[in-house]
Amino acid sequence: MTHEIIISGFGGQGVLSMGKILAYSGLMEDKEVTWMPAYGPEQRGGTANVTVIVSDEPVSSPILSSYDTAIVLNQPSLEKFESKVKPGGTLIYDGYGINTPPTRKDIHVYRIDAMDKAAEMNMIKVFNMIILGGFLKVHPIVSIDGVLKALRKTLPERHHHLIPMNEEAIRLGMEIIKEM
Amino acid sequence: MADKEVTLMKGNEAIAHAAIRCGCDGYFGYPITPQSEVLETLAAEKPWETTGMVVLQAESEVASINMVYGGAATGKRVMTSSSSPGISLMQEGISYMAGAELPALIVNVSRGGPGLGTIQPSQADYFQTVKGGGHGDYRLITLAPASVQEMADFVDLAFELAFKYRNPAMILSDGAIGQMMEKVVLPPFKPRRTEEQIAKECPWATTGRIGMRKPNIITSLELRSEEMEQNNLRIQAKYRECEKNEVRYEDYMTADAEYLIVAFGSAARIAKKVIAIAREQGIKVGLLRPITLWPFPSKRIAELGKQVKGILSLEINAGQMVEDIRLAVECNVPVKWYGRLGGIIPEPEEVVEEIKKMTR
Repeated sequence: MTHEIIISGFGGQGVLSMGKILAYSGLMEDKEVTWMPAYGPEQRGGTANVTVIVSDEPVSSPILSSYDTAIVLNQPSLEKFESKVKPGGTLIYDGYGINTPPTRKDIHVYRIDAMDKAAEMNMIKVFNMIILGGFLKVHPIVSIDGVLKALRKTLPERHHHLIPMNEEAIRLGMEIIKEM
Repeated sequence: MADKEVTLMKGNEAIAHAAIRCGCDGYFGYPITPQSEVLETLAAEKPWETTGMVVLQAESEVASINMVYGGAATGKRVMTSSSSPGISLMQEGISYMAGAELPALIVNVSRGGPGLGTIQPSQADYFQTVKGGGHGDYRLITLAPASVQEMADFVDLAFELAFKYRNPAMILSDGAIGQMMEKVVLPPFKPRRTEEQIAKECPWATTGRIGMRKPNIITSLELRSEEMEQNNLRIQAKYRECEKNEVRYEDYMTADAEYLIVAFGSAARIAKKVIAIAREQGIKVGLLRPITLWPFPSKRIAELGKQVKGILSLEINAGQMVEDIRLAVECNVPVKWYGRLGGIIPEPEEVVEEIKKMTR
């Protein structure tokens, strides 16, 4: 199994950290992982994206032409990456940031209204974990246990009390994602 | 952190952790994207409290490289890191170290140029690294890591080679390898050498004239041309030894290859994906990945040149290594170049198209 993912949105949405948690979760489950940020003069409000590859075999190129899954959190990201989803692949978008929805018919399109839900439930801090939950519902390439282990490993001790809230967000994301 | 623990980190962070673990005595550097995490990680790890390693943010790259010169003159394991424009500023110091026969490690996490250029990944510093960059007849022992694991592993290796040949060594990486996170097993801890060990292993170093031995003078200056020629001949003889003993490369799916990609560092990672796609389409492609860019694996490339119908030099620059490949195969087989410039990284599919063009 090799799953090649692009996660893209505005800087500040937690795109890079969501990718990092996913990569760490893969590590916790003894998979090969690569996390490759489109680093640059990015800042809050600018664009940010990260490629995450989780595989049972050594990862070759961290730079890809096409992806198994694209997770897009704003309109520019959708425009950039919709065409780069492999036929039969998955596109996940947050309805909040998207005015013109995706049009491709040869891929599986999912919508997750994570931003609205996060605002409603006062969970803005874990918005990205709602998205991650939605993705893991569609492609359970790592287990929730793996994610929780990764959080314990990556979060400083003083933030460990937030882990239950992250778990709640993941489960919420799994509930609210829907295929279009 | 336990010795064999698998962890996830950026290439730049791996360089810093590996430096602490391999008994490095001092790091002198100045921040620049995309390698600032080297200095940041060292500052966070505070090795001066554990191993006694010095970590110093100098006032400039010129100061950094000259601090490295000073540290190296005393036989210490010292290093610096920077990115392309910063490495350009260090060239005088590097040439002086080659001339004074001083071992040291310089890490270049390169970015797109020329000039200040961009902060995105690039391999455009190949010429600067393997052809000179600084003045005079010298060479830099150059290692090109293609993974975060190799970023960690090559730190100690580069120091070993630098001391073996009393010459600066470089790790030539790029923003992609520096910034990406992958699994890594850090090397085991190796203590810093004691003063006694240094005095014994580096009889040339300025360690203090205990017993009033003949003074050791560290300099690249020799105004008598006859003497200077001898110095040059000695250095060249050393380089021939290095060429004989230290060539390193990776052969990947070359056994049945009809076409060959030659690529180093992050381009070699892209090449492996290209090979997977091309082989699915029935094109037998292999990869020769130079691990040492100098000394260059010319002999192996020449052998493969006799086997394949064409060679593609995949580089994230305008075609620099392609010259060394053509020299290696003596133009007996077509050698094409493909790459992208200014911080754009070639995607696997566009390289597959180039391979297909070669088969027509």
